[in-house]
Amino acid sequence: MEPLKTVRGVIAPLDRANVDTDQIIPKQFLKSISRTGFGENLFFDWRYRADGSPDPEFILNDEAFRGAAILVTRHNFGCGSSREHAVWAIAQYGFRVIIAPQRDENGNRIPGFADIFRNNCAKNGVLTVELSESQVDGIFALIERHPGMQATVDLPAQQITLHAENSPVISFDIDPAIKERLLKGLDDITKTLTHEAQITAFEHTHDTQMPA
Amino acid sequence: MPKTLFEKIWERHRVTGFEDGTTLLYIDRHLVHEVTSPQAFEGLRLAGRKVRRPELTFATLDHNVPTENRHEITDPVSRAQVDALTRNCREFGITLFDLDDERQGIVHIIGPELGITLPGTTIVCGDSHTSTHGAFGALAYGIGTSEVEHVLATQCLPQARPKTFRVTFEGRLQPGVTAKDMVLKLIGTIGTAGGTGYVLEYCGPAIRALSMEGRMTVCNMTIEAGARAGMVAPDDTTIEYICRTPRPYAPRGEALEKAIAFWRTLPGDEGAVFDRELTIDASEIAPQVTWGTSPGMVTDVSARVPFPDQVPGYSPADVEKSLEYMGLAPGTPITDIAVDTVFIGSCTNGRIEDLRAAAAIFQGRRVAEGVRVLVVPGSQQVLRQAEAEGLDRIFREAGAQWRQSGCSMCLAMNPDKLEPGQRCASTSNRNFEGRQGKDGRTHLVSPQMAAAAAVTGHFVDIRSWQKG
Ligand code: SF4
Repeated sequence: MEPLKTVRGVIAPLDRANVDTDQIIPKQFLKSISRTGFGENLFFDWRYRADGSPDPEFILNDEAFRGAAILVTRHNFGCGSSREHAVWAIAQYGFRVIIAPQRDENGNRIPGFADIFRNNCAKNGVLTVELSESQVDGIFALIERHPGMQATVDLPAQQITLHAENSPVISFDIDPAIKERLLKGLDDITKTLTHEAQITAFEHTHDTQMPA
Repeated sequence: MPKTLFEKIWERHRVTGFEDGTTLLYIDRHLVHEVTSPQAFEGLRLAGRKVRRPELTFATLDHNVPTENRHEITDPVSRAQVDALTRNCREFGITLFDLDDERQGIVHIIGPELGITLPGTTIVCGDSHTSTHGAFGALAYGIGTSEVEHVLATQCLPQARPKTFRVTFEGRLQPGVTAKDMVLKLIGTIGTAGGTGYVLEYCGPAIRALSMEGRMTVCNMTIEAGARAGMVAPDDTTIEYICRTPRPYAPRGEALEKAIAFWRTLPGDEGAVFDRELTIDASEIAPQVTWGTSPGMVTDVSARVPFPDQVPGYSPADVEKSLEYMGLAPGTPITDIAVDTVFIGSCTNGRIEDLRAAAAIFQGRRVAEGVRVLVVPGSQQVLRQAEAEGLDRIFREAGAQWRQSGCSMCLAMNPDKLEPGQRCASTSNRNFEGRQGKDGRTHLVSPQMAAAAAVTGHFVDIRSWQKG
């Protein structure tokens, strides 16, 4: 996995909540048995018309957002199916960072990202950043005034800089384990296998039929 | 300290902890299907790794299987995926229930059927509906393909500990109201992200009164509420299900006696504390019908399609987009919505009890003019059972199509699909845009409600309809 430290690039707005992984990569593209070739089919049903030409209505087809590296969207992004293909499509399209808002509604936290999706992102070098709703509203408003503007996401410093007007630098929180993994591009399996002796010892006493 | 069911299982499977607070969790059962596994096996091969415990890994073909003639996979890409899993299982020494195997079926149907799913175990699969297996008092959840590779290589998974959430269903369901309606009601109440970060435990008299099939339906759709796992503590119903017929992978004889004694220790202790609690009165639940493109966009069959500003948890713009996609006008009574397709099946409602419930509605009746009805058993075992009971005849005589087992029209990765603009009453679990076919429109309902819609051509309130 490629380490991720600082990402500078165009920030593209996808103004929808609850974008599910069926939308991110429709099922006809799950049939591939390799790990590549998903990028061109990202958001397929929204991105292309029936005749296969790009739908000019869809935001990523707007010239201003060509080659975007950062996506800003609304809450519960990546819900639904566990398909990791969704993250492969996002990463292979060229996105390295996704930003989404979280909010608290009568004690109920509505997250920026669905659980499995967020996990899958971390395993594929894609950074997911949760900000407050007003911060995300601010980013959408700024992009509307400056379509095609760039942003810099600095993972070590946990900061986002929007390169327009004199917009403030936004700080973000991140799980330290995920931060470390992204910074180093760590492979999880290698890490687990350093505990080989413990796994073997565990297996000696653990009955998987009756795990008492 | 009193412990919850989840805590007991979690602690028994803890291999070690990491500095960052995550736990290395041991996995007892790893289920594999053809869609989310090829890249994981490819990864193993590239790294020169083996499958650590092939005997704890079970594979089946389900998503791509044609349900009319399972041996005629004409789509070359489907074929490639099926062949890849067959090759991978042979190379890595994994049991595969292939298309010739009488045990084949949807992964979440065959696990319980074959006794692979047992109380107190940890179960993962590269499929979000792995939550189904929690009905047995197992900790079961869906994982991504990188995690599939991780489990294949190490039989473990590093996991952050989720929080716990108890959902209590008080009271009794009204006649005609089912487990499907309970879980749709829950999703409508807490929203599709309401359970994110939690493991749900279902409790209360209305849960205890459910059969294992019903409990599986509830746990299955837990992921639609954002929670990766849902669980029900094992009880007599659980043990009776496991002992009912010979289940090849379940313990037998003395081992079974010991296992039962262990399973009895699993329910949460008196006074165990949950991070969050919710109580729902089951007696107030009406049959549910989704009207939008998210499982949380759901209402009572007796209600109307809402106006965009009336839906808690969704912005008016999201609701407008959904209604446009669904071709529905706000204010339309749900019972005025006409369907042209009915799908009865999937890992949510493709078990024998679901087919019996649907058959009871079809018995002596005919499918409405112009409605295409697919009845698809969740496994070959369900198929044989249904045929032994004569259910297939009831379906055929009513004018429905009786198919072979597979995921079928739950997700349109095989020949069973909706055409653009078609409207389907479906017993599956997701009403996302395009889920059942591009521009297809899905309404999620229980098997009874789907069968009644097939007969009348539109939604009906099963409670009054059955009496009349
Ligand atoms: S029936 Fe549907 S939800 Fe269940 S495993 Fe198959 S595709 Fe997934």
